[in-house]
Amino acid sequence: MNDRFVIPGRLKNMSRAFISIGVLTLIMGIIFFLTKNNNIDKTRFWAVLLQDSVFFTMITAVSIFIQAAANLAHGSWIVAYRRVPEAIGANVWVFGTIASVILLIIVFVFRVGPEHVNPIYEWVTPGNDKILNGKSAFLNQGMYLGFTLVTVALWSYFGRKFRSMSIAQQSAPKNDTKIFWKVFRLSGLFLLVYALTQMSTAPWLWIMSIQAHWYSTLFSWYTFASSFVSGMSLILLWVVYLKNQGNLELVTKEHMHDLGKFMFAFSIFWTYLWFSQYMLIWYANIPDETVYFKLRQQGPYSIIFYSNFIINFFMPILILMARPSKRNYFTVTFMAMIIIFGHWLDFYQMIMPGPLGSDWQIGFYEIGIFIGFAGVLIYCVSKTLAKTNLIPENNLFLKETMIHIS
Amino acid sequence: MAIKKFAVATYLDEEVLFPAVKKVRRSGYKLHDVYTPFAVHGLDVAIGHKETDLHIAGFIYGLCGTSTAVGFISWIYTSDWPQNYGGKPHFALPAWIPITFELTVLFAAVGMVLTFCYLNQIMPGVKKHVFHPRQSDDTFVVALELNGKNSEEEAIAFLKSTGATETSIQIAESSWWYGRWDKKEAYETMTHI
Repeated sequence: MNDRFVIPGRLKNMSRAFISIGVLTLIMGIIFFLTKNNNIDKTRFWAVLLQDSVFFTMITAVSIFIQAAANLAHGSWIVAYRRVPEAIGANVWVFGTIASVILLIIVFVFRVGPEHVNPIYEWVTPGNDKILNGKSAFLNQGMYLGFTLVTVALWSYFGRKFRSMSIAQQSAPKNDTKIFWKVFRLSGLFLLVYALTQMSTAPWLWIMSIQAHWYSTLFSWYTFASSFVSGMSLILLWVVYLKNQGNLELVTKEHMHDLGKFMFAFSIFWTYLWFSQYMLIWYANIPDETVYFKLRQQGPYSIIFYSNFIINFFMPILILMARPSKRNYFTVTFMAMIIIFGHWLDFYQMIMPGPLGSDWQIGFYEIGIFIGFAGVLIYCVSKTLAKTNLIPENNLFLKETMIHIS
Repeated sequence: MAIKKFAVATYLDEEVLFPAVKKVRRSGYKLHDVYTPFAVHGLDVAIGHKETDLHIAGFIYGLCGTSTAVGFISWIYTSDWPQNYGGKPHFALPAWIPITFELTVLFAAVGMVLTFCYLNQIMPGVKKHVFHPRQSDDTFVVALELNGKNSEEEAIAFLKSTGATETSIQIAESSWWYGRWDKKEAYETMTHI
């Protein structure tokens, strides 16, 4: 079986147009925001770049995680379209590199005002702040540099490794299990890596330390849930696209149903974590902790706060609950786009209140940068997809995935 | 709740069972049910079962649970016995969410279990006719419902042609009943042909 993906001209043009929009927005951002002598504009310039690069790195890294989880569980359900998460995972290094450049510039270079403070990461320039000085054993530039580089390097390595091993399986002798068990062991290792990065340190350093006085012990889980559900939606969008192009003939409604269930279930999981974080803080009512929600729920971000909850909880639960809607290509595609947008908004309200305060706005810059990153994603992933056979021939679970019933 | 006449066939392997069920559905005989010792994937599709509506019932039960919880708690805390707990408002919705969630799950779960039992006619103390003593052991049993026009001999011959190992004609209660096994006077044991 040979199933080659030829990048259609339209997709190529679209990704190039998206990237040009992104680059143009970046240039306009430099002109309008960075060269002005206005601290809020400068902060907005960097904060938006931070939000989008971290968001895209995290949702693409989910593809590595789901491969590792499926490998460990001997999951056959993913095999029919496993080239898609492989291709997304193999491109984590692109977003990881962009993100680490932006993050390190923010931490090491970006300062505003006469006192040269860092408006995004307060802990970089703590001054006489007792709390921030107390946290300086973990929150310091060296730690940040080390954790960021190690995280991005490990994600990039595993993303590319899983793909190359899966391709190596194609030319391996029939029913050879050598590569399979090697991937199995690497998957276990990756889950450990992922637990120590995405599920703990990476969101602490990249996002939670923006409001360094405040902390929440389940923040990383919450960020993981947010990126996981949008990562699955991203995989689903690619699968639907390839299916529309006439590729991926092994993918049936049963496989789509599985992806729909992931979107549905992990939207509920996200809500569970969102509420767990919210309710404890609301109930305890300690000023140290409520400062986070004071800004978001009752402050200038209340519209984002509530629409975030409606988009990411009520829409998935009501639209995706019924079985037929998870098996309908239109509904799942629509919901996947909605979920990605909703969690982009979620990242926005995690990041922006700290540095921007009440001066936030979603204008051309926010949307343009998002489109630019989406363009990079489309460009890189389609290029990777076109390189090999889309059917993972010789995979040990190929027969099982063909007769898969969800 | 009716006494009916059945033509019953047993099979020893699901690889024989599947083509037999397909032949039965094409033949025009009315398929009463198929009994298997374990869950056979795809058999529900082969029998021609419609997708179950159990989950819609579950959704409705869940909504009942949600409204019961929210209605009852809000009635207690806002009008029946309002009290000050830690300076929280009387209508303290976030604090009620865990209880509401639990009650939603409880109502949906219990309601769905009972509905499932009703749809499958199983319940403690309730009896159903057993077509073959080995139908839950190692044998696959297919029961056809015969009407007045069907000839018994033809039905048996047809079942034999599909690869059945044993066949019989049985006159039995078609649905469930509550009470003793021998309470039904019309309950007849197998008349082997």
